[in-house]
Formats: sequence, C-alpha cells, structure tokens
Amino acid sequence: MGIYDITTKIIKSIAYPSEMVPPITEEDDGHHHFDPETEHSSMKLGMWLFLATELLLFGGLFAAYAIYRAKYPEMFMNGSKSLDVVLGTVNTVILIFSSLTVAIAVKAIQENRIKLVKIMLWITIVCAAIFAVNKYFEYSYKFGKGIFPGTDIFYSIYFAATGVHMLHVFIGMAVLGVLLNKVYKGKYSKDNFTAIEVGGLYWHLVDLIWIYLFPLLYLVG
Amino acid sequence: MSDTSETNYLDNGKGFASWFYTVDHKRIGVMYLIAIGIFFIIAAFASFLIRWEHLTPGEGIVSAHTYNVLFTLHGSMMVFLFIVPGVAASFGNFLIPLMIGAKDVIFPKLNLYSFWLYLLGASIFLFALAAPADTGWTFYTPYSIDSGTNVIMITLGVFVLGFSSILTGINFIVTMHKLRAPGMTWDRLPLFCWAAYATSLLQVLATPVVGITLLLLIGERYFGLGFFDPAKGGDPVMFQHFFWFYSHPAVYIMILPAMGIISEVMPVFSRKPIFGYKAIAYSSLAIALISFLVWGHHMFVSGQSKLVNIIFSVITFAVAVPTAIKVFNWLWTMYKGSIELSTAMLYSLAFIFLFTIGGLTGLFLGALAVDVHLHDTYFVVAHMHYVMIGGTVFGFFAALHFWYPKMWGVMFDEFKAKIAFVLIFIGFNVIFFPQFILGTLGMPRRYFNYAPEFESLHQLSTYGTWIIGIGFILMMYTLLKPIPGEAGPNPYKSLSLEWSMDSPPPPLNFDKIPTITEPVYNYGTKIEKES
Amino acid sequence: MNWLPTSASTFAEGVDFTLWLATIISVISCILIGFLLIYFVIKYKRKTDNDPTPAITHDSFLETLWTIIPTILCIVIFIYGYVYYDQYTVTPKNAVEINVTGKRWIWTFDYSNGKKTLNDLYVPINQPIRLVMQSDDVLHSFFVPAFRVKQDLMGNRYTYINFTATKEGVYDLYCTEYCGASHSNMLGKVHVLSKAEYALWEDGSAKKVKSASADIPLDKLGEQLYTKNGCVACHSIDGSDGIAPSWKALFGAKRAFTDGTSAVADENYIKESILYPTEKLVTGYGPIMPSYKGLLDDKEITAIIEYIKTLK
Repeated sequence: MGIYDITTKIIKSIAYPSEMVPPITEEDDGHHHFDPETEHSSMKLGMWLFLATELLLFGGLFAAYAIYRAKYPEMFMNGSKSLDVVLGTVNTVILIFSSLTVAIAVKAIQENRIKLVKIMLWITIVCAAIFAVNKYFEYSYKFGKGIFPGTDIFYSIYFAATGVHMLHVFIGMAVLGVLLNKVYKGKYSKDNFTAIEVGGLYWHLVDLIWIYLFPLLYLVG
Repeated sequence: MSDTSETNYLDNGKGFASWFYTVDHKRIGVMYLIAIGIFFIIAAFASFLIRWEHLTPGEGIVSAHTYNVLFTLHGSMMVFLFIVPGVAASFGNFLIPLMIGAKDVIFPKLNLYSFWLYLLGASIFLFALAAPADTGWTFYTPYSIDSGTNVIMITLGVFVLGFSSILTGINFIVTMHKLRAPGMTWDRLPLFCWAAYATSLLQVLATPVVGITLLLLIGERYFGLGFFDPAKGGDPVMFQHFFWFYSHPAVYIMILPAMGIISEVMPVFSRKPIFGYKAIAYSSLAIALISFLVWGHHMFVSGQSKLVNIIFSVITFAVAVPTAIKVFNWLWTMYKGSIELSTAMLYSLAFIFLFTIGGLTGLFLGALAVDVHLHDTYFVVAHMHYVMIGGTVFGFFAALHFWYPKMWGVMFDEFKAKIAFVLIFIGFNVIFFPQFILGTLGMPRRYFNYAPEFESLHQLSTYGTWIIGIGFILMMYTLLKPIPGEAGPNPYKSLSLEWSMDSPPPPLNFDKIPTITEPVYNYGTKIEKES
Repeated sequence: MNWLPTSASTFAEGVDFTLWLATIISVISCILIGFLLIYFVIKYKRKTDNDPTPAITHDSFLETLWTIIPTILCIVIFIYGYVYYDQYTVTPKNAVEINVTGKRWIWTFDYSNGKKTLNDLYVPINQPIRLVMQSDDVLHSFFVPAFRVKQDLMGNRYTYINFTATKEGVYDLYCTEYCGASHSNMLGKVHVLSKAEYALWEDGSAKKVKSASADIPLDKLGEQLYTKNGCVACHSIDGSDGIAPSWKALFGAKRAFTDGTSAVADENYIKESILYPTEKLVTGYGPIMPSYKGLLDDKEITAIIEYIKTLK
C-alpha cells in the first residue's frame, strides 16, 4: 500500500467513521436520519452558533485594536498610511464579489441548476485564492522593508488580525472545496442543499470580518 | 424486566475500532469519563507532591523550579483536561439524549470529532511535558513571554481543547432545541439538561475569547508581537482582561453541570418534586449571563481604576443571589420528604454544605477592602477548591454513584462507598479549611518557601491529602469491583426518562420515542396544588 | 489561635471589621444550612418504601424570604467593602512619597531625601505614606499583611498604595504576584519607627545604633546580609546553579568572563562584583544583578566577603 492509499484510508476513516464500525442493528446504517425540516433547521442553528464563536474570536482582536488605537493614535495613522490602499481595496472588492457568487450558488442549488452551482463555487474559490496571493505580496513587501509583526503595536495588530483572517480564508476555501467535490459527486439537490447554504454562511462571515478590518486598518487618517 | 438476548450499548461491537470510531453518545460519554478520570488522577498526584513539599518551610522533596512546574501542571491539567470538559462531556453526553427521549445527539459525528479534538489537545499538552511550563495556569504576561519553558506547546494544546469544548456546546444546544420528545416542553426538561444548556451557552460564547488570547500569547513568543509586553508598548493588564473574560464564565462551566446533578439526585432520594423548578432553571440562565460581567473581580489590585473595581464588585454580589436561591431550593426539596441516604445522596448533601462555604467565601473576595488583603493568598486557593472540589467534584462523584447501575447494569457495594465518602469528606476539609486561615494570616499563593510561623497549618493541610487519598482509592476500588448480579432498569425508582429503559441502555436508547404528558419530577401525592 | 496578623495601619481596621462581618454572616448561614440538612435527614428519614410525600413545589413566602435576605446581606457586605476601600484609595494631602521598584527578586526603596534601601522599608508612625511603584521586569505585587495593603507592580505604568502605619514594629513584606523561580524569596521588612527614631534613621545614624552589627563576627554579619539584601534570591550557597553563580567554593576559584578575560575570585573581585556587577560578567549568565553602590557600606561588603570565604 503506497502513501496515497494510506492517506486516503486515513481521510476516509476520519470523514466516515461509521464505516469503520459494524452497524448497530439490521435497519441501522450508521447514520441517524431525521426529517428534512429538522435536519435543515438544526444545521442552520448549529452554524449560526458557530459563527457567534467566530465573532467573539475576532472580537478580542477588535477590542485590542480599539484600546491601542486610543492609546497610540499617531502610530496608527502612520501605520495605516504605510499600507497599500489600492491592493486592500482590490481585495475588498474581490471578497465582496465572492460573497455574491456563493450566494448565487446557494440560490442555484435550490433550483437544481447544478452547472451554475459548480461555476459559482469555482469562482468563489478562485477569488479566495487571488485574495491570498495579494496578501502574500503585501506581506513580502513589508518584510522586505524590515517591517515585521513585532515592529510596533500597530503592525502587531495588522499582522495578527489579517493573519487570523487569512487562516479563516484558507479554512473557507477548504470548506468550499469539499462542497464542490460533493456537488460533482451529485450529493446535493433542491431537496438536499443545507450544507451549501451553511458553507455559504461561513464564507459570508469571512467576508464580513474583512469589511470591518479593511477600513480600520487601511483607511485611518 | 431486561431481555438478555437484546444487546446493550456496551456489548454492541467489540474491539478498539468499535469504540474509537463510534458515534454512539453513550460510548463517547464513557470514553470522556475514562480520559478525564486519568488526567484527574495525574493532576491530583501533582497536588499530592505539592502538599508533601509543604510539610516543611524550606526545600523539601523538590526544587523551586520543579515546584513552580508542579502547580502549573496541576492547575492547567485540572482545569483544561478534567473540570471544564468534566461533567458536561462525560455525563452530559451519556444522559442528555436519554433524558429528552432522543436516540442520540443531533450531530453524532461532530460529537466524535469533539472527542478526537479532546485527545489531540491532550496529546499536544502532554508533549509540552518535555519542558513543562512554570507560569501558573493563568499564563500572566510578561513572565509567560520570557519563560524558557514550553509555553507555546501547552497553550496550543489548550487552544485545541477549546474547540472540543465549543463543538460539544453547539451539539448540546441544538440537540435540546430539536430533539426533545413530543410533549417535552421546556418546562418539562430535566434540570440537568437546563444546567447543560446554560453551560453550553458559556462554552460557545466564552471559549473563543481564551482562544484568541492564547493565540496572541503564542504570537508574542513566536512572532514577537507586542500586545502584552510592556517593553514593546503593550499592556500586561490587557492580557488579564482577555484571560479572565473567558476564565470567569469558565468557572460556571465547571459548576453548573454539577448543580444539575444535585437537582436530579435530590428529588429521587427525597421522593418529592424538586422545589422551585422554574427558579432553578431560570437562575441557571441568569448565572450564565451575569457571569460574563464579573471578570474584573480577579483583578481588583491589578491597577485598574476605582470605578471599574466598584462596578465589578457590585455585579459580583449580584451573581451570588441566584446561587443562594438554588441552595435553599435543594434544601427545601427534602422538607416532608422520604429520605434515603444512598451514597449519591450523601455526596449531594455534602455538595450543598461545602458549596455554601465556597460560595460565601467568594463574598469575602468580592468585597473590595477585604479582597485587597486576601487576593493572591491561600484564602483564594481555599475558596476555589471549596467550590471546585466541594462543589463540582462532589457532584461528579454523586453522578458516578447515582447513574452507575444505569451505565454498567450492575451495582456497587454501598457500605464501602459510604466509608470512602466519609474519608473523602473529612480529608477534603482537613486539607482546605486551614488554608482559609493561612490566607487571612497573609500567606501568599504559589510560594515554594514559607515563613516558619505557617508551618503547623501547612502540615495539617498535608495530612488531609493522605486521608482523602485513601478515601479516593477506596472509592475507585468500590466502583471498579461491582457486586455480582444485574441492577435492573430502575433500582432507585426514579421518574426520569433515562431510567425507563434497560440497564445498560440499548444502542439506540428507545424502541419507541415516548410522548411526555407529565411534569418531570412527578413524585409525591398532590396534596398541595402548585401555586 | 490567631487568624489575622496584627493590625498596624488605619486601613487594617476597616478591613478587619468587614472581614468579621462577612465571617459572622457566613458562620450563621453555614450553621443554619447545616442544621437544616441534618434535621431534615433525621426527621424525614424513609420509613417504608411507600411513604406518602406532599408534592410541594412552591412557597411564595419562603422563596421571597430567601431571595430578599441574601440580597440584603450582600448589599451590606458590599457597602462596607466599598466604603473602606474608597477611603484607602484617597491620598491624604500630607502624604510622603516613597518610590518602590520591584525587580526579580529584590525590592528597592527610594526616599524623597535621596536615601535608598533594599528590601527594608522605613516609615514613621502615624504619617500618611504614598508608595509610587513600578516593576523593572515582570509583574510583582507589594503586600504587607499587617497593613492589609496590596497592589501589583508593572513595567509600563506606576501604581500606588496609600497607608498610614499605626503601630511601631517590624512587619513582613511579601511579593504576591508569581514572578518566577525565586518568587517566594522576594521578601522584605517594613520598619515602623517612632518619629524620633525615624529622624535618627534619616540622618544615617539609626541603622548603626539599632543593629547589633557592631557585636557579631563579620562572617555571621555577612550571613545575615545574604538574606536581608536579597542575595539569597539569586545566589545559592549549596553549589546548585541558577540564575546566578553559586557562592559555594567561590572564593579563590577561577572565573571566565564574557569578554574573554578571566580572573581569580579574590576580595577585590567580589567587591567589584557587588558595586559594579556588569563589569566582569561570568560566561553563561546575564547582566541582571543590580548594583549595591550606596546600599552597603565597606564594613558590610567585607562581612559578605568573609561569609563567602566560609562557604567552601
């Protein structure tokens, strides 16, 4: 068994643990079935609760921002001016656009328009990738000029906030990727689309956080 | 009675894979129970060494650095690997679907992932033992930035454990909203479930804040961020604010489920309905909400302003009132009841008394002038252990004994268990009551060395650890060696749903989901109408 | 047995009163609850398996009672705690300022007349004092149980304590915010002197008069100074290495320094290390030792050298 087979086996055992275990009873296939209404509303409630945790996670960063900006107003003005507003604006537009495409994907699956779903999800993922590449350029430029996370408090906040946000962009890309893969396998339809809706919600949050970060970091002064 | 040809959740599938990959909430609950039990024992052993060191003032059996490592290990392992997951992850997982009439939780696979995340977090945490942290479980900066020990590893472990906590909380909340049996309205939900619900709210809303705090601490050490480092323009007090914003709600994560257990045990062994059901349910929610507003009472002498101190002091006293109400409600459940002093009942009664002491001493600490004297002394150590051991651990032990026949299908020797209870009760008080006095006399916390005038109190406290140690070993022996013979589905004649099926329960809990038509604690004859 | 230290400041009286109040309320509550627990368990013990029990779930009178009484008690304790705290945070107009610096693991006190002491704080009785405090490194906390005062020290701002000592004597000072390996050795003493004695001390003559240093052998004096002046926080005497070289077998040993040179540890070397600690830094150690210039006189330095000589 090669590395590829072992990796696939491990991923399968994590993604489908019940298949590693014999079924409980004859009529049980390892999955608990609930009526579609319960399944739909419970997944949405679960995702909204999870989004609340993300808001609190970033809330800490925003609180730190507020406190330190009040303490070092000039440092924040200068730091903000040193950031690339053009690149930041481009990134903001890209992310907002990607929220639109994922929203269209959610609408499309509710109308069984599978091809449209695929296109929209692809565009969303590509937008996320462009965002990541732009941020890579921004970071490299700063490092090249000798500006690092520990340089001063403003840059500490800049790198910490955009870094944690970037982590969430990657997670979002992975989530959308998994959803796209399942669309290709024909798992979703207008009677079973909750996962796409819920994944879309997550992506909207990632976008929303950036919409707050951008002016606070790039547009001060 | 029970049909032995039908399988139960313990027999259904054997071997490592059938447990490690299970999505059965009962098996997951049992695995959590064993895991937290192991870490409890390791962390308790660390405290045993700490107290042994304190038999004499100077250097005893360990060096100063080892001592600092020991109290850090004891605190962080007890908090993050035992008591925060604690009752919720073990008994919560096992009981909630059974109590609400469901076949499992709403997201069974997520439940398994929560457990795997717990194992991953625990592994990372243990990995840090190569050069274990010596910062105290509170990781205060700037010391935690400078310390040459494995702070990054241990905080990363805690971060991962936080995810386990959050996902469990989400699972419980959605389960209770969506999977209650027909007829089980919110005012017929067992109080253990109400407690778990309030706990889950705290887990979901508070844990992310410690997540970002520890992430930023890792950033300070690894990337040189300057948030909390005064040398870089940062503010160490801000770390304390962030840390306690989670860690205060966290202490209610620790106590609420245990209170839920008491609410379940008291009616059964008094054969009376719980007194003041609504008051207990709503006070759990009130405590959860208010707990977000009192974190600054850990920081009265940190340099924060007088006004801020006053506000936190006021709200701290406010949160004491719902708790007092609960104590009286439990007490009054016994009034005119028919009381059986089972082991579970003994632990519950001890909980009520010891938690009262713990809670009252919290008032001392909430009073500003008094806290100036008592902060960072052994008084705080005694207070926290009265609520965490006298409260949560005694509640946990009550649960171990109460649901024992349901979980394992057999009974334990009540006589031995009661002797163990007496030893544990006495031992606990001998350890910690003297520490209140050490505190008022001014003995600081986290002190390796101490002034000779404190020696006799320290020695008395250490003797208590030997008593409680024997009691604990006897308790474990009793629980691990059951009496032969089947327990039957409902040996205590409880009216709660989890006792309505075989012991141990079948894998899918209910053959047919029941319909609920009566209040949950329907004990007693209706002589007096509900007012 | 005593459960509180001696009460030696104006603030201590208020703290002790509130503490007693809270204790009495707590004791009465615990006795009440304990009594009810035991009484109910005995009186309502199960007699048969089918004892009739009333389904009591509410009692408006009782529930109101046990909501209102705890609320009132909480308000009372809060008020006393607040009032005394409030008085304590107000600096009296005639307060004398003393600067406090905490650094691992020594307290340094700078007085307004230019005097400087280590680990020993001297104050006159009945004189309001305001401590202006800062840390040189990690968090520390200044705690004098006899005065009931406590405040954290940090690196980026000043913090303050007001107190007025009301009883002559020598009181323990503890660091009470965990600060690393020698946290429990970061100790000091607060000397509350009568006005007359304090004037003598300010002059510089009191210390000699009060201490028995004139009478005891030099190496024994050195041993006392080892603890009093905080050397114990960093230098061990049993050979175990820590943040600073051990004094065991130090005298006469060869030392290698970070600038490449080396020397034998004789009297001059030790005296230089005490007064100018960063001049010759032993390899493997950091430049963290504070200078004792102005804090130890020649006789005390000699005493320390003699003590080190006895540590073979």
